[in-house]
Amino acid sequence: MNLRKYLKVYKKFLHTSLASELEYKTNILVDLITAILSLVGSIFLLSIFFQNSGYIGGWKFEQALIIQAIYTILNGITNTWFNPNLTEIVKHIREGTLDFVLLKPIDSQFFISLKKINPSGFLEIMLGFLLLFFCIRINQINLNLSFLTLSLITISCSICILYSLWFFISTTTIWFVKTWNAIEVLRSFLYIGRFPLSSFSFSLRIFFSVFIPIAFITTIPSEVFLGLSVFWKILLEIIVATIFLINSRKFWLFALKFYSSASS
Amino acid sequence: MVKNIIDVKNLSKSFDISSKEPGLKGTIKHFFRRQTKSLKVIKDISFEIKEGEIVGFLGANGAGKTTILKMLCGLIYPSEGSILVSGYLPFRRKENFLKNITLIMGQKQQLIWDLPPIESFYLNASIYDLDKFEAKKRIKKLSEMLEIDEELFIPVRKLSLGQRMKSELLAALIHQPNILFLDEPTLGLDINAQRNLRKFLQKYNKETNATICLTSHYMKDITSLCKRVICVHEGEISYDGKLDLLLKKLSPVKEILIVCRSEEDAIKLENSGFTVKNKIKNEITIKIENNSITSSLKTILNNFDIEDLFINEPPIDEVIGKVLIKKDYDV
Repeated sequence: MNLRKYLKVYKKFLHTSLASELEYKTNILVDLITAILSLVGSIFLLSIFFQNSGYIGGWKFEQALIIQAIYTILNGITNTWFNPNLTEIVKHIREGTLDFVLLKPIDSQFFISLKKINPSGFLEIMLGFLLLFFCIRINQINLNLSFLTLSLITISCSICILYSLWFFISTTTIWFVKTWNAIEVLRSFLYIGRFPLSSFSFSLRIFFSVFIPIAFITTIPSEVFLGLSVFWKILLEIIVATIFLINSRKFWLFALKFYSSASS
Repeated sequence: MVKNIIDVKNLSKSFDISSKEPGLKGTIKHFFRRQTKSLKVIKDISFEIKEGEIVGFLGANGAGKTTILKMLCGLIYPSEGSILVSGYLPFRRKENFLKNITLIMGQKQQLIWDLPPIESFYLNASIYDLDKFEAKKRIKKLSEMLEIDEELFIPVRKLSLGQRMKSELLAALIHQPNILFLDEPTLGLDINAQRNLRKFLQKYNKETNATICLTSHYMKDITSLCKRVICVHEGEISYDGKLDLLLKKLSPVKEILIVCRSEEDAIKLENSGFTVKNKIKNEITIKIENNSITSSLKTILNNFDIEDLFINEPPIDEVIGKVLIKKDYDV
């Protein structure tokens, strides 16, 4: 793989998608307001849950806010990259424009996963980081190199798991053509990631760890921030992320063999 | 000797197609128990295309032309048989193979809708690993050939269909491919835009010796660009050869309208042994076989007092129409 070429192409992707989005100023403004209101609403909801009891699943409100911050960062990443690109796969397959992607001398998964960006998602990422820094202060977390490395590793793994899950569902479009509903179900499961895993019943914990690993996405990085993490959990998240990423790749290449293109 | 650039042997393709009965009952049945059957859309076809050739694929809707084109460029896996394009197995989609080909579809577009075409050109240039200077040079050359200039800087959504198609062509040719797959490139264009596009393709073929495989329902595209046609009927090749030979075989006679000086001459001509289609006063229409046109006209001009004459070619659409509905053409 020619890294220089891929960086050059990604720079072009950034440029063209930013230019496309900036054509519609009002839309960006509405998206920005939605991002702020959504975060305020989520914190408000979380505070209601903690009103009667100081702890949920052994987590204090200030600690649970870390999960909310990580969720906001991941949701921002979802809105910036995953949503504009991965939902487009369905359109590409239904309308047959995937033909143009497959005939380019570039990796098709790279192309369809990163071609577009939604700049309003950046605000959500920034808000998430602001909330995270606020949480670091109120929880008196000591910032050091190992802590930062572990945070970076676990958040990167979360991004990989989320991307792979979404990409996997979008890829099934090659057989089922319409999979909007499955993506909506995934998004609604992601909302669950705003709450600590330990606040759920045992069966749900198993479900969200094994079948749809939402738990890995927010809870484990949050535990790292709070110094509650255990080594095996971090290792498990790395293994799960690697398996998911490799399989999403294999699944895409396998699915392409069944691509029949849309009729003209 | 010109080498083969496309080599297809015993190619077949089957698709699983689901069918549904009409009405609510049929819909419910279709939802719970989908009945699929395998449909062979391409049946054991073989052909070769030489470097620099322009070949037209003719056939009715659903005959399998686009499926052939998509297998040639590697979008669809063949079910049986082999394809070699420029020495590559297309469905492997190797980088060097993809740098050699392009696909242009009249009904689909790759340009970024909200941005001027120039942005899409530079994006494609980076994908094909062209530096900015080279990309600029190619865009300039192709835009001159396509006669587009200001349109390059207007958002795609505001361009006319003709301008958009020209821009699509430029985007698809920026990497200077030597094999072009064109699927109905003139679809929906007005007569002038169609002519300009054909002119451009001829020029491109002449300058670069690129091989062009074309499907079109506009006969003018085929007659002005392709010396050779491959007729596809229900997934089988019904004719593969020179277009003019096909036309000659399909319409072996020409109709000649002769205006005689007097009605007497017309009567004399009517009784001279030619096949007469009709006669109105001093105007007579006769049918002459293509291979005896010169000698027959010489006889008529020497023996009769002729005021004027018109040679009528049968309409090409009518002639080609026969190919689209018939399975075998023994030419």
